[in-house]
Amino acid sequence: MFFAILKNRGIMGILSSSVSVTRYKVKSNPEKPVLEKVYNGLTQNAIQEIDDHPLEKTVGWTSFENPYIPDFEGSSFVIGPYLVFSMRLDRKSIPPKVIQKHYAIEMARQLEKSGRKYLSRNEKKSIKDHVIDVLSLRIPATPNIYDLIWNMEESWLWFFSNLKAANEELETLFSKSFRLSLIRLFPYTTADLISGLSDADRDLLLQLSPTKFTE
Amino acid sequence: MLDVAVSYNRYKFLGYEFLTWLWFVMENRQEILKESDKELVSLDIGNCIVLENNKNDSIESITIKGDKAGLEEGILSLQKGAVVTELNLIYKAGNNEWRFNIKGENLNISSLKTPETGHVETKEDIEGVLLEKVFLYEKIFVLMNNLYKHFISLRVTNRWEKDVVLQIKKWIAS
Repeated sequence: MFFAILKNRGIMGILSSSVSVTRYKVKSNPEKPVLEKVYNGLTQNAIQEIDDHPLEKTVGWTSFENPYIPDFEGSSFVIGPYLVFSMRLDRKSIPPKVIQKHYAIEMARQLEKSGRKYLSRNEKKSIKDHVIDVLSLRIPATPNIYDLIWNMEESWLWFFSNLKAANEELETLFSKSFRLSLIRLFPYTTADLISGLSDADRDLLLQLSPTKFTE
Repeated sequence: MLDVAVSYNRYKFLGYEFLTWLWFVMENRQEILKESDKELVSLDIGNCIVLENNKNDSIESITIKGDKAGLEEGILSLQKGAVVTELNLIYKAGNNEWRFNIKGENLNISSLKTPETGHVETKEDIEGVLLEKVFLYEKIFVLMNNLYKHFISLRVTNRWEKDVVLQIKKWIAS
Protein backbone atom coordinates (compact mmCIF):
# COMPACT_ATOMS: atom_id res chain seq x y z
CA MET A 1 0.00 0.00 0.00
CA PHE A 2 2.68 2.45 1.07
CA PHE A 3 4.79 1.49 -1.94
CA ALA A 4 1.78 2.17 -4.17
CA ILE A 5 1.46 5.70 -2.74
CA LEU A 6 5.14 6.37 -3.37
CA LYS A 7 4.97 4.92 -6.84
CA ASN A 8 1.98 7.03 -7.82
CA ARG A 9 3.43 10.30 -6.56
CA GLY A 10 5.31 11.04 -9.74
CA ILE A 11 7.37 9.41 -12.38
CA MET A 12 10.67 11.08 -11.64
CA GLY A 13 11.02 10.73 -7.88
CA ILE A 14 14.15 9.74 -5.99
CA LEU A 15 13.01 6.13 -5.66
CA SER A 16 11.94 5.69 -9.30
CA SER A 17 13.61 3.05 -11.41
CA SER A 18 14.92 5.74 -13.76
CA VAL A 19 15.76 9.30 -12.71
CA SER A 20 16.98 12.56 -14.19
CA VAL A 21 19.10 14.77 -11.98
CA THR A 22 20.23 18.38 -12.14
CA ARG A 23 23.05 19.09 -9.73
CA TYR A 24 23.59 22.32 -7.81
CA LYS A 25 26.14 23.83 -5.49
CA VAL A 26 24.55 25.65 -2.56
CA LYS A 27 26.25 28.90 -1.68
CA SER A 28 26.82 28.67 2.11
CA ASN A 29 24.40 27.28 4.73
CA PRO A 30 21.38 28.71 6.53
CA GLU A 31 22.00 30.62 9.74
CA LYS A 32 21.89 28.73 13.04
CA PRO A 33 19.83 27.01 14.33
CA VAL A 34 19.96 25.45 10.88
CA LEU A 35 17.10 22.94 11.09
CA GLU A 36 14.79 25.56 12.55
CA LYS A 37 15.63 27.97 9.70
CA VAL A 38 15.00 25.24 7.13
CA TYR A 39 11.72 24.28 8.85
CA ASN A 40 10.61 27.92 8.79
CA GLY A 41 11.55 28.27 5.12
CA LEU A 42 9.60 25.12 4.26
CA THR A 43 6.46 25.90 6.23
CA GLN A 44 6.31 29.56 5.18
CA ASN A 45 6.60 28.54 1.53
CA ALA A 46 4.64 25.29 1.61
CA ILE A 47 2.34 24.56 -1.32
CA GLN A 48 -1.11 26.16 -1.07
CA GLU A 49 -4.12 24.49 -2.63
CA ILE A 50 -5.66 26.54 -5.44
CA ASP A 51 -8.58 24.32 -6.41
CA ASP A 52 -11.08 26.85 -5.05
CA HIS A 53 -9.19 29.90 -6.30
CA PRO A 54 -8.99 31.45 -9.75
CA LEU A 55 -5.17 31.15 -9.72
CA GLU A 56 -3.84 29.13 -12.65
CA LYS A 57 -0.52 28.09 -11.11
CA THR A 58 1.16 27.76 -7.74
CA VAL A 59 4.48 26.45 -6.48
CA GLY A 60 5.67 25.53 -3.00
CA TRP A 61 7.40 22.95 -0.83
CA THR A 62 5.86 19.70 0.20
CA SER A 63 7.01 16.66 2.13
CA PHE A 64 8.70 13.77 0.38
CA GLU A 65 6.70 11.07 2.13
CA ASN A 66 3.32 12.74 1.84
CA PRO A 67 3.33 15.25 -1.01
CA TYR A 68 -0.44 15.83 -0.99
CA ILE A 69 -0.58 16.81 2.69
CA PRO A 70 2.64 18.74 3.45
CA ASP A 71 3.96 18.05 6.93
CA PHE A 72 7.42 19.07 8.09
CA GLU A 73 6.91 18.43 11.81
CA GLY A 74 9.45 16.55 13.91
CA SER A 75 12.29 17.17 11.41
CA SER A 76 10.57 14.67 9.11
CA PHE A 77 12.56 16.20 6.23
CA VAL A 78 15.85 14.93 7.71
CA ILE A 79 16.90 11.50 6.47
CA GLY A 80 20.37 10.40 7.60
CA PRO A 81 22.80 13.22 6.75
CA TYR A 82 20.46 14.67 4.12
CA LEU A 83 17.50 17.01 3.94
CA VAL A 84 14.89 15.44 1.69
CA PHE A 85 11.76 17.23 0.54
CA SER A 86 9.91 18.05 -2.66
CA MET A 87 8.83 20.99 -4.74
CA ARG A 88 5.23 20.86 -5.94
CA LEU A 89 4.12 22.79 -8.97
CA ASP A 90 0.33 22.78 -9.43
CA ARG A 91 -1.05 24.03 -12.69
CA LYS A 92 -4.56 24.26 -14.07
CA SER A 93 -4.75 23.43 -17.68
CA ILE A 94 -7.95 24.55 -19.36
CA PRO A 95 -8.32 23.13 -22.86
CA PRO A 96 -8.30 26.02 -25.40
CA LYS A 97 -11.51 24.73 -26.99
CA VAL A 98 -13.33 24.98 -23.63
CA ILE A 99 -12.16 28.60 -23.27
CA GLN A 100 -13.22 29.27 -26.87
CA LYS A 101 -16.72 27.89 -26.23
CA HIS A 102 -17.38 29.88 -23.05
CA TYR A 103 -15.82 33.01 -24.54
CA ALA A 104 -18.16 32.80 -27.56
CA ILE A 105 -21.21 32.28 -25.30
CA GLU A 106 -20.27 35.20 -23.06
CA MET A 107 -19.53 37.47 -26.04
CA ALA A 108 -22.98 36.74 -27.52
CA ARG A 109 -24.62 37.44 -24.16
CA GLN A 110 -22.81 40.78 -23.78
CA LEU A 111 -23.71 41.84 -27.34
CA GLU A 112 -27.35 41.02 -26.78
CA LYS A 113 -27.38 42.83 -23.46
CA SER A 114 -25.76 45.98 -24.85
CA GLY A 115 -27.67 45.95 -28.14
CA ARG A 116 -24.44 46.68 -30.00
CA LYS A 117 -22.91 44.88 -32.97
CA TYR A 118 -19.30 45.02 -31.77
CA LEU A 119 -17.34 44.97 -28.54
CA SER A 120 -14.14 46.96 -28.00
CA ARG A 121 -10.78 45.25 -27.70
CA ASN A 122 -10.71 45.99 -23.95
CA GLU A 123 -14.20 44.54 -23.47
CA LYS A 124 -13.19 41.36 -25.34
CA LYS A 125 -10.06 41.01 -23.19
CA SER A 126 -12.04 41.56 -20.03
CA ILE A 127 -14.57 38.88 -21.09
CA LYS A 128 -11.77 36.42 -21.84
CA ASP A 129 -10.09 37.06 -18.47
CA HIS A 130 -13.43 36.60 -16.71
CA VAL A 131 -14.10 33.33 -18.57
CA ILE A 132 -10.64 32.00 -17.61
CA ASP A 133 -11.17 33.04 -13.97
CA VAL A 134 -14.56 31.30 -13.79
CA LEU A 135 -13.25 28.13 -15.47
CA SER A 136 -10.17 28.13 -13.19
CA LEU A 137 -12.49 27.87 -10.20
CA ARG A 138 -14.11 24.76 -11.69
CA ILE A 139 -10.98 22.94 -12.88
CA PRO A 140 -8.69 21.26 -10.31
CA ALA A 141 -4.95 21.90 -10.54
CA THR A 142 -2.68 19.09 -11.73
CA PRO A 143 0.14 18.52 -9.22
CA ASN A 144 3.71 17.87 -10.38
CA ILE A 145 6.14 16.71 -7.71
CA TYR A 146 9.91 17.09 -7.96
CA ASP A 147 12.06 15.59 -5.21
CA LEU A 148 15.32 17.03 -3.98
CA ILE A 149 18.16 16.01 -1.70
CA TRP A 150 20.27 18.63 0.05
CA ASN A 151 23.58 17.76 1.65
CA MET A 152 24.39 20.76 3.82
CA GLU A 153 27.72 19.40 4.98
CA GLU A 154 29.04 19.20 1.41
CA SER A 155 26.92 22.09 0.07
CA TRP A 156 25.36 20.19 -2.79
CA LEU A 157 21.79 19.67 -3.88
CA TRP A 158 20.32 17.21 -6.36
CA PHE A 159 17.06 18.13 -8.03
CA PHE A 160 15.26 15.23 -9.66
CA SER A 161 14.28 16.85 -12.93
CA ASN A 162 16.06 18.27 -15.96
CA LEU A 163 13.02 20.34 -17.02
CA LYS A 164 14.08 23.95 -17.56
CA ALA A 165 10.85 25.44 -16.15
CA ALA A 166 10.96 23.23 -13.02
CA ASN A 167 14.62 24.11 -12.40
CA GLU A 168 13.90 27.82 -12.75
CA GLU A 169 11.01 27.54 -10.28
CA LEU A 170 13.29 25.68 -7.86
CA GLU A 171 16.02 28.34 -8.03
CA THR A 172 13.51 31.13 -7.32
CA LEU A 173 11.67 29.27 -4.53
CA PHE A 174 14.90 28.13 -2.85
CA SER A 175 16.35 31.64 -2.80
CA LYS A 176 13.05 33.08 -1.46
CA SER A 177 12.69 30.40 1.24
CA PHE A 178 16.23 30.10 2.58
CA ARG A 179 17.94 33.28 1.33
CA LEU A 180 20.63 31.10 -0.26
CA SER A 181 21.71 30.88 -3.90
CA LEU A 182 21.79 27.71 -5.93
CA ILE A 183 24.44 27.48 -8.63
CA ARG A 184 23.63 25.01 -11.36
CA LEU A 185 26.58 22.74 -12.18
CA PHE A 186 27.21 22.90 -15.93
CA PRO A 187 30.58 22.75 -17.75
CA TYR A 188 31.88 26.16 -16.69
CA THR A 189 30.62 26.15 -13.09
CA THR A 190 31.76 22.54 -12.57
CA ALA A 191 35.25 23.53 -13.72
CA ASP A 192 35.27 26.76 -11.72
CA LEU A 193 33.74 25.54 -8.46
CA ILE A 194 34.34 21.85 -7.90
CA SER A 195 37.31 20.78 -10.00
CA GLY A 196 40.04 22.01 -7.65
CA LEU A 197 41.63 24.46 -10.12
CA SER A 198 44.15 27.00 -8.83
CA ASP A 199 43.45 30.74 -9.27
CA ALA A 200 45.91 30.78 -12.18
CA ASP A 201 44.13 27.82 -13.82
CA ARG A 202 40.77 29.51 -13.36
CA ASP A 203 42.12 32.56 -15.19
CA LEU A 204 43.24 30.26 -18.01
CA LEU A 205 39.80 28.65 -18.02
CA LEU A 206 38.26 32.02 -18.88
CA GLN A 207 40.46 32.30 -21.96
CA LEU A 208 39.68 28.90 -23.46
CA SER A 209 38.17 28.59 -26.91
CA PRO A 210 36.87 25.51 -28.79
CA THR A 211 39.33 22.84 -29.95
CA LYS A 212 39.38 21.56 -33.50
CA PHE A 213 39.81 17.77 -33.49
CA THR A 214 40.28 17.62 -37.26
CA GLU A 215 42.83 19.40 -39.43
CA MET B 1 32.45 34.60 -11.27
CA LEU B 2 30.90 35.13 -14.68
CA ASP B 3 27.19 35.66 -15.14
CA VAL B 4 25.47 32.25 -15.20
CA ALA B 5 23.67 32.67 -18.54
CA VAL B 6 26.83 34.01 -20.23
CA SER B 7 29.08 31.27 -18.88
CA TYR B 8 26.51 28.56 -19.71
CA ASN B 9 26.47 29.50 -23.39
CA ARG B 10 30.06 30.61 -23.84
CA TYR B 11 31.62 27.48 -22.34
CA LYS B 12 29.23 24.71 -23.30
CA PHE B 13 31.88 23.63 -25.81
CA LEU B 14 33.82 22.32 -22.77
CA GLY B 15 31.04 19.78 -22.18
CA TYR B 16 31.17 18.64 -25.82
CA GLU B 17 34.95 18.34 -25.68
CA PHE B 18 34.70 16.43 -22.40
CA LEU B 19 32.40 13.80 -23.95
CA THR B 20 34.58 13.56 -27.08
CA TRP B 21 37.66 13.12 -24.86
CA LEU B 22 35.76 10.60 -22.72
CA TRP B 23 34.98 8.45 -25.76
CA PHE B 24 38.69 8.59 -26.68
CA VAL B 25 39.61 7.60 -23.10
CA MET B 26 37.15 4.68 -23.09
CA GLU B 27 38.69 3.40 -26.30
CA ASN B 28 42.34 4.11 -25.64
CA ARG B 29 43.19 5.10 -22.07
CA GLN B 30 41.39 2.70 -19.72
CA GLU B 31 43.88 3.50 -16.94
CA ILE B 32 42.35 6.99 -16.59
CA LEU B 33 38.97 5.37 -15.92
CA LYS B 34 40.45 3.12 -13.25
CA GLU B 35 42.20 6.09 -11.62
CA SER B 36 38.83 7.84 -11.42
CA ASP B 37 37.09 4.92 -9.75
CA LYS B 38 38.98 2.09 -8.08
CA GLU B 39 35.93 -0.20 -8.20
CA LEU B 40 35.28 0.34 -11.89
CA VAL B 41 35.09 -2.80 -13.98
CA SER B 42 34.11 -1.04 -17.20
CA LEU B 43 32.63 2.10 -18.70
CA ASP B 44 31.24 1.69 -22.19
CA ILE B 45 29.03 3.45 -24.67
CA GLY B 46 25.46 2.16 -24.44
CA ASN B 47 22.72 2.60 -26.97
CA CYS B 48 23.02 6.21 -28.04
CA ILE B 49 25.58 8.77 -29.23
CA VAL B 50 24.57 12.23 -30.35
CA LEU B 51 27.06 14.37 -32.24
CA GLU B 52 26.90 17.87 -33.59
CA ASN B 53 28.74 19.49 -36.45
CA ASN B 54 28.86 23.25 -36.62
CA LYS B 55 29.61 24.14 -40.23
CA ASN B 56 29.27 27.53 -41.85
CA ASP B 57 26.93 28.78 -39.12
CA SER B 58 24.56 25.84 -39.52
CA ILE B 59 24.32 23.03 -37.00
CA GLU B 60 24.03 19.42 -38.14
CA SER B 61 22.94 16.93 -35.48
CA ILE B 62 23.70 13.23 -35.85
CA THR B 63 22.01 10.66 -33.59
CA ILE B 64 23.20 7.07 -33.59
CA LYS B 65 20.92 4.66 -31.73
CA GLY B 66 20.90 0.94 -31.02
CA ASP B 67 22.79 -1.47 -28.79
CA LYS B 68 26.54 -0.95 -29.07
CA ALA B 69 25.67 2.33 -30.82
CA GLY B 70 27.42 2.42 -34.20
CA LEU B 71 30.93 3.44 -33.37
CA GLU B 72 32.05 3.57 -37.02
CA GLU B 73 29.35 6.07 -37.96
CA GLY B 74 30.31 8.13 -34.92
CA ILE B 75 33.99 8.13 -35.86
CA LEU B 76 33.03 9.14 -39.38
CA SER B 77 31.16 12.13 -37.96
CA LEU B 78 34.17 13.04 -35.82
CA GLN B 79 36.33 12.89 -38.98
CA LYS B 80 33.98 15.43 -40.54
CA GLY B 81 34.52 17.78 -37.60
CA ALA B 82 31.67 16.84 -35.26
CA VAL B 83 31.89 16.72 -31.46
CA VAL B 84 29.96 14.50 -29.07
CA THR B 85 27.02 16.26 -27.43
CA GLU B 86 25.33 13.36 -25.62
CA LEU B 87 26.27 9.83 -24.60
CA ASN B 88 24.44 6.86 -23.17
CA LEU B 89 26.89 5.07 -20.88
CA ILE B 90 27.03 1.72 -19.11
CA TYR B 91 29.10 1.63 -15.95
CA LYS B 92 29.94 -1.62 -14.20
CA ALA B 93 31.41 -2.07 -10.73
CA GLY B 94 31.55 -5.51 -9.11
CA ASN B 95 28.51 -7.39 -10.38
CA ASN B 96 26.44 -4.24 -10.61
CA GLU B 97 25.47 -2.17 -13.62
CA TRP B 98 24.33 1.44 -14.02
CA ARG B 99 22.99 3.02 -17.23
CA PHE B 100 22.58 6.71 -17.86
CA ASN B 101 22.67 9.55 -20.38
CA ILE B 102 24.96 12.53 -19.99
CA LYS B 103 24.50 15.73 -21.95
CA GLY B 104 27.58 17.80 -22.80
CA GLU B 105 25.83 21.17 -22.83
CA ASN B 106 24.90 21.07 -19.13
CA LEU B 107 26.39 17.79 -17.80
CA ASN B 108 22.86 16.79 -16.79
CA ILE B 109 22.30 13.13 -16.05
CA SER B 110 19.08 11.56 -17.30
CA SER B 111 17.51 8.09 -17.51
CA LEU B 112 19.82 6.98 -14.70
CA LYS B 113 19.12 3.36 -13.81
CA THR B 114 20.93 1.94 -10.82
CA PRO B 115 21.26 -1.66 -9.68
CA GLU B 116 18.20 -3.02 -7.82
CA THR B 117 17.62 -1.77 -4.29
CA GLY B 118 15.37 -3.08 -1.53
CA HIS B 119 11.62 -2.47 -1.86
CA VAL B 120 9.60 -0.01 0.14
CA GLU B 121 6.78 -1.93 1.80
CA THR B 122 6.30 0.18 4.91
CA LYS B 123 7.07 3.72 5.97
CA GLU B 124 10.01 2.43 8.00
CA ASP B 125 11.67 1.05 4.85
CA ILE B 126 11.97 4.46 3.23
CA GLU B 127 15.07 5.68 5.02
CA GLY B 128 17.09 2.56 4.23
CA VAL B 129 16.09 2.40 0.57
CA LEU B 130 16.60 6.12 0.08
CA LEU B 131 20.10 6.04 1.57
CA GLU B 132 20.91 3.05 -0.64
CA LYS B 133 19.66 4.95 -3.71
CA VAL B 134 21.70 8.03 -2.80
CA PHE B 135 24.80 5.88 -2.46
CA LEU B 136 24.17 4.36 -5.90
CA TYR B 137 23.51 7.75 -7.56
CA GLU B 138 26.61 9.18 -5.95
CA LYS B 139 28.78 6.50 -7.58
CA ILE B 140 27.94 7.98 -10.98
CA PHE B 141 28.31 11.61 -9.90
CA VAL B 142 31.68 10.98 -8.25
CA LEU B 143 32.91 9.07 -11.32
CA MET B 144 31.81 11.87 -13.66
CA ASN B 145 33.25 14.56 -11.34
CA ASN B 146 36.60 12.78 -11.23
CA LEU B 147 36.70 12.30 -14.98
CA TYR B 148 35.71 15.93 -15.61
CA LYS B 149 38.34 17.06 -13.11
CA HIS B 150 40.96 15.05 -15.01
CA PHE B 151 39.76 16.51 -18.33
CA ILE B 152 39.72 20.11 -17.15
CA SER B 153 43.15 19.84 -15.51
CA LEU B 154 44.51 18.81 -18.92
CA ARG B 155 42.39 21.35 -20.79
CA VAL B 156 43.89 24.38 -19.05
CA THR B 157 47.49 23.32 -19.74
CA ASN B 158 49.66 23.25 -22.88
CA ARG B 159 49.52 19.45 -22.74
CA TRP B 160 46.01 19.63 -24.17
CA GLU B 161 47.03 21.00 -27.57
CA LYS B 162 50.53 19.50 -27.67
CA ASP B 163 49.70 16.02 -26.52
CA VAL B 164 46.04 15.10 -25.94
CA VAL B 165 44.54 16.72 -29.06
CA LEU B 166 47.22 15.08 -31.22
CA GLN B 167 46.35 11.66 -29.78
CA ILE B 168 42.63 12.26 -30.30
CA LYS B 169 43.26 13.37 -33.90
CA LYS B 170 45.31 10.23 -34.51
CA TRP B 171 42.50 8.07 -33.06
CA ILE B 172 39.86 9.80 -35.17
CA ALA B 173 41.94 9.38 -38.32
CA SER B 174 42.78 5.71 -37.67
